[in-house]
Amino acid sequence: MDTAVKIKNLTIVLGDRFKALKNVSIDLPAGKMVGVIGPSGTGKTTLIRGIVGRLHITSGTINVFDQPAGTPSLRKQINYMTQELSVYPDLTVRENLRYFTIMDGQARKHINATITRVLEAVDMIDKATNLVSSLSGGEKQRVSLAIALIGSPKLLVLDEPTVGLDPVLRENLWELFARLAALGHSLIITSHSMDEAERCDDLVLIRNGRVIAHSSPLELRQRTGAKTVEQGFLKLVGAKP
Amino acid sequence: MSVRKTFATTGRVMSQLGHDPRTLALLFLIPPILITILKYVFQGEKSTFDHIAPLLLGIFPMIMMFLITSIVTLRERTSGTLDRLMTMPIAKLDFILGYAIAFSLLGFLQAIVTGFVMLGLLHVTVLGGAIPTIIGAVFASFLGTSLGLFISAFAKSEFQAVQFMPAFLFPQILTCGLFIARSQMARPLQWFADIMPLTYSVDFMKRVTMDSAWTSLLTRDLIVVAAFGIAALILGSATIRRQE
Repeated sequence: MDTAVKIKNLTIVLGDRFKALKNVSIDLPAGKMVGVIGPSGTGKTTLIRGIVGRLHITSGTINVFDQPAGTPSLRKQINYMTQELSVYPDLTVRENLRYFTIMDGQARKHINATITRVLEAVDMIDKATNLVSSLSGGEKQRVSLAIALIGSPKLLVLDEPTVGLDPVLRENLWELFARLAALGHSLIITSHSMDEAERCDDLVLIRNGRVIAHSSPLELRQRTGAKTVEQGFLKLVGAKP
Repeated sequence: MSVRKTFATTGRVMSQLGHDPRTLALLFLIPPILITILKYVFQGEKSTFDHIAPLLLGIFPMIMMFLITSIVTLRERTSGTLDRLMTMPIAKLDFILGYAIAFSLLGFLQAIVTGFVMLGLLHVTVLGGAIPTIIGAVFASFLGTSLGLFISAFAKSEFQAVQFMPAFLFPQILTCGLFIARSQMARPLQWFADIMPLTYSVDFMKRVTMDSAWTSLLTRDLIVVAAFGIAALILGSATIRRQE
């Protein structure tokens, strides 16, 4: 199996001393949906920001498609959706997409087609001319996700992409993620929702800055003898389910 | 660096302001209104007003662009948009120059409105004419934008960013020769004024007011203002980090 991300003995210290990640070593497969799961404040976002090259690595290595994280040529291959709504509230949906499409380096003649494609993917076509500030929380979230779908990234890194969305839309988005993976895109998705974890091909469970499990949801359930990923997770951390 | 991405940033900043008519109205109305008030403050002393009004055109654009830029870039830093841009295939200059161009352009429009009110309606005598006056105001806007971009890196909140205005600009306004000839100030303050960019922006306006010919001193003042602006942009670009 091809590897998208190779992480070796990774430690990341945030601020002066807080060890957000402690000696993490994992390989994440290419062309799959990889879920990074764990309670909040355990290092999921740190791991993801390390992969997209936004964090200074204290020790160890992160390689993405065999290049060190942060290498300029990787910027064309990775799309990143931050946990904050990284959109301009005082622009319309279309203006936001237009700007980021140009910044992504798309040719002028492809801009409109790209905007239409990503808006359809997040079901926001009828809101294209609305100001983002006038949208609901879930709609803003979808605009932010739409921006991450611009271009044809080899790797999509999505930080809590479905938080605050209604069940129907969540279902649609997970279907979209599965389609993208089937097309050969690699996806790394964080979530603290365990039922979403069931849908991933590969799971990384993080707790207190350490990887406590890395397997498919099925293996995790079998190994722990649990019926669901959630129960499996609780068994692993030693809590009584 | 890409010209297209730089101008996309300029266009994006302009569209943001376009959706905010109140900010635009404030930008274009405040300077003319203040200068009009000043005219009636100096009701009996037309020559004093004539002397001071153009100097304000070297100061207002800088203050306003400084404030707006520092808030707007702080928002980029805290809202995640800059975070996202830094993972995209762009150069930092595409972002920074895009801002500098947008706000210098805005400064240009502001200078035209204020200049029209000052020269056309309030009949301030500026021997150098309208064009040098507007050039001076545009350079002052550029300087304000660059300093705002740079300073925003040191603000953790909008509260702090707003306080940086009195902290960084007021000392310059007090010592730039607006209130009293700089040669009459305490010596250390003269040294301070000599190394501060606003001094040169105000000096430029002073010379434009009093001299109808373009002198090499005018060119020098502009070069100094531009050099400070470019230095602040370079420093500002250093504060935007790919890796944190």
